[in-house]
Amino acid sequence: MKILVPVKLAIDSNAKPRLKADRSGIDLANVKLSINPFCEIAVEEAVRLREAGKATEVVVVSVGVGKATDAIRSALAIGADRGILIEAEGRVEPLTIAKLLAKVVEEEKPDLVLTGKQAIDDDSNQTGQMLAALLDWPQATFASQVELDGAELVVTREVDGGHQTLRLSLPALVTTDLRLNEPRYPSLPNIMKAKKKPVETKSAETYGVDLTPRLSVVEVREPAARKAGIKVADAQELVSKLKAVGVL
Amino acid sequence: AEHDNAALKDATLSAVTAASQLGEVHVLVAGSGVGGVADAAGRIAGVAKVLVGDDAAYAHGLPENVAPLVVGLMEGYDAFVAPATTTGKNIAPRVAALLDVAQISDILSVEGPKTFTRPIYAGNAIATVESSDARLVITARGTAFAKAAADGGSAAIESIATTGDAGLSSFVGAEIAKSERPELTSAKVIVSGGRALKDAETFAATILPLADKLGAAVGASRAAVDAGYVPNDYQVGQTGKIVAPQVYIAVGISGAIQHLAGMKDSKTIIAINKDEDAPIFQVADIGLVADLFQAVPELTGKL
Repeated sequence: MKILVPVKLAIDSNAKPRLKADRSGIDLANVKLSINPFCEIAVEEAVRLREAGKATEVVVVSVGVGKATDAIRSALAIGADRGILIEAEGRVEPLTIAKLLAKVVEEEKPDLVLTGKQAIDDDSNQTGQMLAALLDWPQATFASQVELDGAELVVTREVDGGHQTLRLSLPALVTTDLRLNEPRYPSLPNIMKAKKKPVETKSAETYGVDLTPRLSVVEVREPAARKAGIKVADAQELVSKLKAVGVL
Repeated sequence: AEHDNAALKDATLSAVTAASQLGEVHVLVAGSGVGGVADAAGRIAGVAKVLVGDDAAYAHGLPENVAPLVVGLMEGYDAFVAPATTTGKNIAPRVAALLDVAQISDILSVEGPKTFTRPIYAGNAIATVESSDARLVITARGTAFAKAAADGGSAAIESIATTGDAGLSSFVGAEIAKSERPELTSAKVIVSGGRALKDAETFAATILPLADKLGAAVGASRAAVDAGYVPNDYQVGQTGKIVAPQVYIAVGISGAIQHLAGMKDSKTIIAINKDEDAPIFQVADIGLVADLFQAVPELTGKL
């Protein structure tokens, strides 16, 4: 089985995003960027399937400008075999990414696409579902457990209220939730080795996909600030405050 | 409409409110044996028509089967609005891609016929976006829209042709936690616990009595879920549930941005934490710097 893992370079989960003064977006200059945490979980799962002898090759793909290679290198250091960078400038929407990925799937013919459930920058939670739709593949989103059973995949999903288990025919698309696994820290030798693994660069234009965004961003502003709170000394005072706000 | 084949979910009521800001609202009930759900959908105030697709293929909301049904209907509609629940998030992008339109996730408000606001970067910024697509596919954040009244409507109910089973996926089973407590996303009061609760037993012994006294739902931080104190569906945050109750009581939760993303629109936030520098105190209306193992039982006792 061959696995394709789309990955994204996003703001580091511990970094605090700052708005640009002209309200056009978030200022990403001098901000730490990392592989999106959910993508990291997807890479880890793919590598585990290969280590278990269930997958033969793990290919990672990212869409973006030169820096996006950092996400690919992180994935290669976890254990992916090779990378593909699709160069595209500016804001690329989930639908466009899904269309580009569909072309990569045509070329690479993976049996499974494993990707994160959402990117922590635009919080869309769309790309995987859209790719599955374009390919007419089954999808299992928000996966917390993935097992290969012959030519089928048994996936447990995190849903509101609990868990749901589905059986999918292959090829299939799975998006990862937080509890699927705990990604390993790449060792220094593996980081060095990752630098030698092949990364092919392609231009988005060659795929004939229209990159024009469908949504225009009118403005990006800060959420309303909360007014400063107070501190109480003990449980007794907290009870009287609770009464004052009408909880009791 | 979101439902479990027997009952309509509350999330649908908020989505109806969001949709009504765009035009006349028709509700699609796709499922198996959903006569009762369709009747309930017809009684929602502001709903003009209910379309019922009754087929075993829709019983578990599999997107491979439900999306083609929606896409077939979209010929006659300008917008598809779903609640931003795990079900809505699963199906809506699939519908959007099949229609070749962008999907707008988790909207907070309708600013114009094609203009919406939505949170990005874990709620640290609010983007106003305008769509250039002919048709809209939207998921709406439940806490951002008032619930439409569940009674008062008298919509016509119409059966529609079903699209059958795509044969790509099948339902194996589900484990849905049964709880006597209010549902997290619609509760008026939530008591949430974090890593500081130590283990599942301590979490239960500390948090549950307080929640019971207040008639509150119980939530948790990611750390508490990862450590196994409570099941994953208790998680409040960027990647868990988004809540906005009247009162949110955060116990032993430091207040990482990913957690704040899920609860900072609560009306009153109360934090109990022994670390006075914990970021949770920056959003809390009322803070108590104290050891939770003393303060929480004492608080419970005084209620």
